Amino acid sequence: MTVATTISADPTAVAREAAAQPGRWRRMPTKAKVGVVLFGFFVLAAIIGPLVTPYDPSYQNPSPGASLNAPSGAHLLGTTQSGQDVLSQLLVGIRLTLELGIIVGVVATALAVIVGVTAAFLGGFWDELLSLITNVFLVIPALPLLIVLLGYLPQKGQTATILVLAGLGWPWGARVIRAQTLAIRNRDFVAASQETGEKTWRIITSEIIPNEVSLIAASFVNTVLYAIGASVALAFIGVANLSSWSLGTMLYWAESQQALQLGAWWWFVPPGLAVALVGTALVLLNTGIDELGNPRLRDASSASRIAGHWLRPADPTPVLAEVSQRRSGLAAFLHSFSRSSPADETRGSDRR
Amino acid sequence: MSFILRRLIFYVVAAWVALTINFFIPRLMPGNAVESIMAKFPNLQPSAYHALEAMLGVGHPGSIWHQYGAYLVDVAHFNFGTDVAEYPAQVSTLLGETLPWTITLVGTATVIAFGVGTALGIAAGWRHGGSLDRVLPGLMFLQAIPYFFFALILLELLALKAHVFPIGQGYSLGLIPGWHWAFIGSAVYHSLLPALTIVLTSIAGWMLTMRNVMITTIGEDYVVAAQAKGLPNRRVILSYAARNALLPQLQGFGLAVGFVVSGALVMEIVFSYPGIGLLLLNAVTSNDYPLMQAIFLVITFAVLLANLIVDLIIVFVDPRARVKEAPR
Repeated sequence: MTVATTISADPTAVAREAAAQPGRWRRMPTKAKVGVVLFGFFVLAAIIGPLVTPYDPSYQNPSPGASLNAPSGAHLLGTTQSGQDVLSQLLVGIRLTLELGIIVGVVATALAVIVGVTAAFLGGFWDELLSLITNVFLVIPALPLLIVLLGYLPQKGQTATILVLAGLGWPWGARVIRAQTLAIRNRDFVAASQETGEKTWRIITSEIIPNEVSLIAASFVNTVLYAIGASVALAFIGVANLSSWSLGTMLYWAESQQALQLGAWWWFVPPGLAVALVGTALVLLNTGIDELGNPRLRDASSASRIAGHWLRPADPTPVLAEVSQRRSGLAAFLHSFSRSSPADETRGSDRR
Repeated sequence: MSFILRRLIFYVVAAWVALTINFFIPRLMPGNAVESIMAKFPNLQPSAYHALEAMLGVGHPGSIWHQYGAYLVDVAHFNFGTDVAEYPAQVSTLLGETLPWTITLVGTATVIAFGVGTALGIAAGWRHGGSLDRVLPGLMFLQAIPYFFFALILLELLALKAHVFPIGQGYSLGLIPGWHWAFIGSAVYHSLLPALTIVLTSIAGWMLTMRNVMITTIGEDYVVAAQAKGLPNRRVILSYAARNALLPQLQGFGLAVGFVVSGALVMEIVFSYPGIGLLLLNAVTSNDYPLMQAIFLVITFAVLLANLIVDLIIVFVDPRARVKEAPR
């Protein structure tokens, strides 16, 4: 019974099963583990960083000797042209950029779920309309529109940027979630709860959404990636509050004060590298979520141990619920009707 | 309704939405072009306000629907108004000067990146777990780097340190733009590093998605059947697996092209490349709203056009799209 004859039709269900197992950390794809650790490191830096900055990031040291110092004991990442400490700016900048990314991710993903699920549930004209709006905003390039929108705002602070980024960040998620909701909506368990007279909102919150967790997670990760990329690009052009320190404004000042031409690599490399590493962590996380849902994508050499059996990703997908769930008395009794031969059951019972 | 007709209607709707957003943003947002000029030149008398409005054509005579109609007519005639920063210049002239640079550079580099990335993805998907899979984490890192930061690094290493490539600009100073070899050669030489930036940073995305679709496609019965028939590997890969895996990849290309263009615009700034991106930076730094809005429209139309071309390719590759009533 280990290698099942039926391949589970719903990848999210498999992913959810796998995530619900004890020891799920060990079973996570390596890429996802690296992603979690890397992202966790940056979250930690964002929380602790601003509390332990060695200097005030905006303090301009007037003495000429403090300008453009290479990294040293006093300034671990050197100083800018006006004698500001790069490390302090970086620590504050990581906080601001991550904060923006995560808030935009939460808001935009919530919008995506609302639009996607609503479209799939209403159907007919409203579905067509919401899908059309989603697709139109997917195809209109975001950055120029962001620049025009933010350009007209007198204050281009953190809140304004978050609002505009979230307002334009939902279509990708909405499209995917709508498709998945349409697929789940026609499944038997939804029909069953409709028959029993459950209210629509209850079906949505307790039947549909739990089955889309991995999709929503992927959408969140993607949106954070988009928000960080877009905000850094916007700040680099100068569409941001340039008196605050984010990774983007650091790069803006480095570029506008000719860090590259002055050979001050310690000025522009740390913020850029931080953006790249946060981005890599998110891409890795996303690939990990993908692989959790679709085991075929996993590295072919990484056989995983499922319920005592080594399975290669290329092997037929086992039905995890059947392989690894221990059944209580009643469930085991019921299950005994579905087994094909008594040998199945004996093999199954000594597996742990 | 044929596939291509439905797509055409969609693009018309998308273009109309972009035009309408563009029309309403200045009317709904606080702040406007006239005030930005007044703020920049404090010695202007308040009476100059109306003169500036008339000059820029932003004073709004007539009802909002009348304005909307006039605006649509203007856009249809490529009349985007007068530039604020370089005053007597027409916005459309500025766009005409910079657009060819961006389209040539970004278009060529994106097509190269898509082609090479897709080919690598096919190889990586077929030899799942092979040596190409081992470079994936490195490629993901490249993919996560902002274009403009990667441009800065390449500029530092290859232009400032190694002197292999020129430091920015579109062509050597002193050359007169025109269709002669000295200028074309110089332009190509100057575009190599920006193009390399786009190719290297976007190739990973194409490769990764193509690999994943390939792996899923290879598991399909018709691919197994093709192998069981004893067809040569080459044929199975290209005609059976890759041809089908290419469809989602092409659809993804349509959606990603706006993202690539946005990234490339910011990258142009690093290289001081004389394209739309640099124009956009100038527009932002000088609060040049008419120019910003015109750039948004032009880029949107370019992306819609690229999507339409991708759809035509899909019709060519996918027989299902040629059927009168395409099954959904």
